[in-house]
Amino acid sequence: MAPVLKVENLTHLYSEGTPFERVAIKDVCFEADKGEIIGIIGHTGSGKSTFIQHLNGLLKPSSGKVYFNGEDIWASKETVHGVRFKVGLVFQYPEYQLFEETVYKDIAFGPKNMKLSEAEIDARVREAADFTGVTEEMLQKSPFDLSGGQKRRVAIAGVIAMRPEVLILDEPTAGLDPQGSEEILDNIRYYHKKMGSTVIFVTHSMEEIANTVDRLAVFSDSQIVMQGTPREVFARDKELEAINLSVPEVTRVMLRLKELGLSLDASSFTVEQAKATLVGLGKERGLC
Amino acid sequence: MLKNITLGQYFPGDTFIHRLDPRSKILITIAFIVALFIAHGAASYAVCAAFLALCVVISKIKAKALFSGLKPIIIIILITAVLNLFYTQGEVLVSFWIFKITKEGIFAAVFMMLRIVMLICGTFLLTYTTAPMQLTDAIESLLAPMKKIKFPVHELAMMMSIALRFIPTLIEETDKIMSAQKARGADFETGGLISRAKAMLPLLIPLFISAFRRADELATAMESRCYSGGEGRTRMKQLKFLGCDAVAAAVTILFVACVCVLKHFGI
Repeated sequence: MAPVLKVENLTHLYSEGTPFERVAIKDVCFEADKGEIIGIIGHTGSGKSTFIQHLNGLLKPSSGKVYFNGEDIWASKETVHGVRFKVGLVFQYPEYQLFEETVYKDIAFGPKNMKLSEAEIDARVREAADFTGVTEEMLQKSPFDLSGGQKRRVAIAGVIAMRPEVLILDEPTAGLDPQGSEEILDNIRYYHKKMGSTVIFVTHSMEEIANTVDRLAVFSDSQIVMQGTPREVFARDKELEAINLSVPEVTRVMLRLKELGLSLDASSFTVEQAKATLVGLGKERGLC
Repeated sequence: MLKNITLGQYFPGDTFIHRLDPRSKILITIAFIVALFIAHGAASYAVCAAFLALCVVISKIKAKALFSGLKPIIIIILITAVLNLFYTQGEVLVSFWIFKITKEGIFAAVFMMLRIVMLICGTFLLTYTTAPMQLTDAIESLLAPMKKIKFPVHELAMMMSIALRFIPTLIEETDKIMSAQKARGADFETGGLISRAKAMLPLLIPLFISAFRRADELATAMESRCYSGGEGRTRMKQLKFLGCDAVAAAVTILFVACVCVLKHFGI
């Protein structure tokens, strides 16, 4: 099956051709299949935000190509404009982009720009509101009367309402409390399951990644340095530490236990997996 | 795309001009502007140009950077020149239809253009060689006597520094909101005047809201650190007049005197 998104040797330079020229991303290759959830991790300034802005044509590559369903997105002006609706991008702190009088109108902004019919817009707004847990009562309120977490969900709904084939989120949980983060992640997982679209999300939290994604890409110093399933990537904990990233806390505990001499499979990255491994080990030794 | 706005842009450096006290630089610039308006005749304009050229050479600011600041006002300069060319009375050289070009008109047009160009270049030189914060400090210090008549000098200077400080932040914010709305299909580039103005709303509303939010947060942050205005406030970096300021002052006085003498003789 052909990948939905394909990036070939993408390089982006900031302030190209001036003395301030700086490499933002260097020779990146990346593919996303239909229906995958992909995590992108990396240190601040490693190029991940610049990278995702190429996927929907907000930034133009200095060299390299971005293909959406096999078509070069920079082929013509229409393809660039069209791809913005098919690859939905939720920015960091998206609540600061809200502007309409009511939540309903704000969510409808994207579908309206797609020039859909009134009925279709209404259906999409309600569907998006449902996915993100925005209630009927909230739809009629001003977005500025909502709490931080609610605003964030409205902003995400504004992108989901375009029914993008690929949904990209830049640190969707930044600055939220643990419960709010978990709710947003639940919303995203629910959306992914229901619509079967591809989801790519950028995060700092290893725990979030471990619990959610099928595959992940690690950015360091303007390049993708590792790609693979969480199990494959987290097994390379020493390399991750070398680029100032870490494995999930629970994986660290398991790795330390292994170091201390317990013979166990240390590649668990969720609490449930770790629990299962430890209970299994306990049973083996007749401890429980 | 918005990042290349030059607005009081500062080119760091360590030349004689950069080291001057910002107050001296402001006073010298004012003296230079006054001299420009006193100047009358080729010789005095030449002296002004020489003074400006001297400053530019010492400051090591590239002439290209200086002239790039002129681009936005090129139309104003041309209109001034054309008006002067046709509306000055005197000895008629060429006349066609209702237009007359006089000898005096040509001189007036050329001198007016030179005057505006030098005026702009002189003030640009000030902002290119002085950090914005230094400028506001200097303005506060120079306006200090106004405190006697209850003029809020410190508050004015504080507002200026805050405004300057937030220009880059707001530009960055604008860029971000623009990208976010573009990601939802907003179109800022095409369409007629009205549809384009309408398209700005999704950009302007969030921008204003965040500007107000920032202002509010900043006020709280300042108050929680007991900021209460200029009363009894001391500075980390005191402004001090040094030897180089004396040299610069001497040169400037000589220059203004020169222009005045030349004006007296009408050349």
